[in-house]
Amino acid sequence: MQTIDLNTTTLRELNSRLQTENAGASWQVANPNGRHALAVGLTQPIEVTIEGHAGYYAAGMNQQASVVINGNAGQGVAENMMSGRVHVKGNASSSAGATAHGGLLVIEGDAGARCGISMKGVDIVVRGSIGHMSAFMAQSGNLVVCGDAGEALGDSLYETRIFVRGKVRGLGADCEEKDMTPEDRAIVTSLLEKAGVTDCKAEDFRLYGSARTLYHFNVDNASAY
Amino acid sequence: MCGIVGLFLKNRALEPELGRLTSQMLKTMTERGPDSAGFAVYNGAGKGQRKMTVRGLSDGNIGSFEAGFLEIIGGSGEVHKRHDHVILIYAAEHEPAVRAYVDMFDDGVAFASSGESIELYKGVGLPEQVAAHFALEKMSGTHAIGHTRMATESAVTVAGAHPFSTGPDQCLVHNGSLSNHNSLRRQLVREGLRFETENDSEVAAGYLSWRLSKGEKLDQALKASLNDLDGFYTFVVGTRDGFAVLRDPVACKPAVMAETDDYVAFASEYRSFAGLPGIASAEVFEPEPQRVYHWEHAA
Repeated sequence: MQTIDLNTTTLRELNSRLQTENAGASWQVANPNGRHALAVGLTQPIEVTIEGHAGYYAAGMNQQASVVINGNAGQGVAENMMSGRVHVKGNASSSAGATAHGGLLVIEGDAGARCGISMKGVDIVVRGSIGHMSAFMAQSGNLVVCGDAGEALGDSLYETRIFVRGKVRGLGADCEEKDMTPEDRAIVTSLLEKAGVTDCKAEDFRLYGSARTLYHFNVDNASAY
Repeated sequence: MCGIVGLFLKNRALEPELGRLTSQMLKTMTERGPDSAGFAVYNGAGKGQRKMTVRGLSDGNIGSFEAGFLEIIGGSGEVHKRHDHVILIYAAEHEPAVRAYVDMFDDGVAFASSGESIELYKGVGLPEQVAAHFALEKMSGTHAIGHTRMATESAVTVAGAHPFSTGPDQCLVHNGSLSNHNSLRRQLVREGLRFETENDSEVAAGYLSWRLSKGEKLDQALKASLNDLDGFYTFVVGTRDGFAVLRDPVACKPAVMAETDDYVAFASEYRSFAGLPGIASAEVFEPEPQRVYHWEHAA
């Protein structure tokens, strides 16, 4: 494993080195001190461990790489991730996994507001709770929450599946509870296993999804257009 | 944008370090607010004494200003000059006369704050320069709040820099923008409040002072602001004994807090905490929207 110390190396140097790294490499980032845009735009299957708290947009636009943050993450962690894995050991601020297309985002603590906003295929597992307006306009993928969800969960939702084990403070427009099928339970079991969550069972989750009244054209609403 | 920082010391042994730590936190928020900066430091006063911060002093007017002040208080007071601000210290009974004197003293002199503990400094320019002008690094105290401004709603002036103080020992810093500040200002003016600027954040400060003057506690006043203030805000409010934090229901302006046995710290971004002692083992969390967080020293 190689180490980059951000007390002596610039952020630009860190990112350009990680972005041009070959598959299989392993890097440790020391003294992140909450800097923004750490380990962004990675394209190769490499491992990066950030030893401390990260600022905004950590591991954004990730493809294939596995990024572990041994601390908290600021706004927009793993935003627009395409593939790979981002694992936050602490809490994440707002807009975690925003617009992400693929890969797995694991947050061991809590996530703030707007977790999974406009997610487009990513899987997100949060061991703690999530804030308000989470999964707003979420299009596809799965959001698994072992704790509670804040207000207006899944507002204007498309086809993302939201699984919540704790309490939901309120559902957003066009979001409703659905029956869990054996296939849904299998998804939860598989994601919990991938995320390394061993103390939650799929049976304890409830499923929320789109009532599909907002995004299908309804002739009764024609006069509104 | 704008950056906010706050530091409340639980461990009195850290008091001599307050200015140095606050200054470091403030400088880290330069990218969020390079236009102007300001800070309030609470460091107590002698029994029965009051402090007033006045700004706009220069070599040209300090002599006559000081002479007039000492005449009002009968000589038994103190004047400490820091850059273009002065701290006046005097017996509490002279408060109305001193305030009237500062208000009538023209020549660019302006009232900044008064109370038993607060000192309030602000200036235009990079936060590092503003902190250096007043030697913030050398200040001690029980708690401090600071602000770096990127102006959106009104001009870049010293008066428009934060914090705003509209009541004794009270001050407020704000990240965000209020949309109903004009109508609220008119209402508050009818209630007898005075405003020095066109700034939206000053209205928020005035609103809270108005509620506090009606006998409400700080947390009640802040809760009421959730109904009456329209817009985006993360507020940090300082009082003689502590500070409070409130975020609007949407919580679009950032906020992070850190707590250890020695202190409670607030900042817009974690970066501001990186140099605090013991931060690696601090509890770091994001304050929830609509919830009032409040820390106070026992009186």
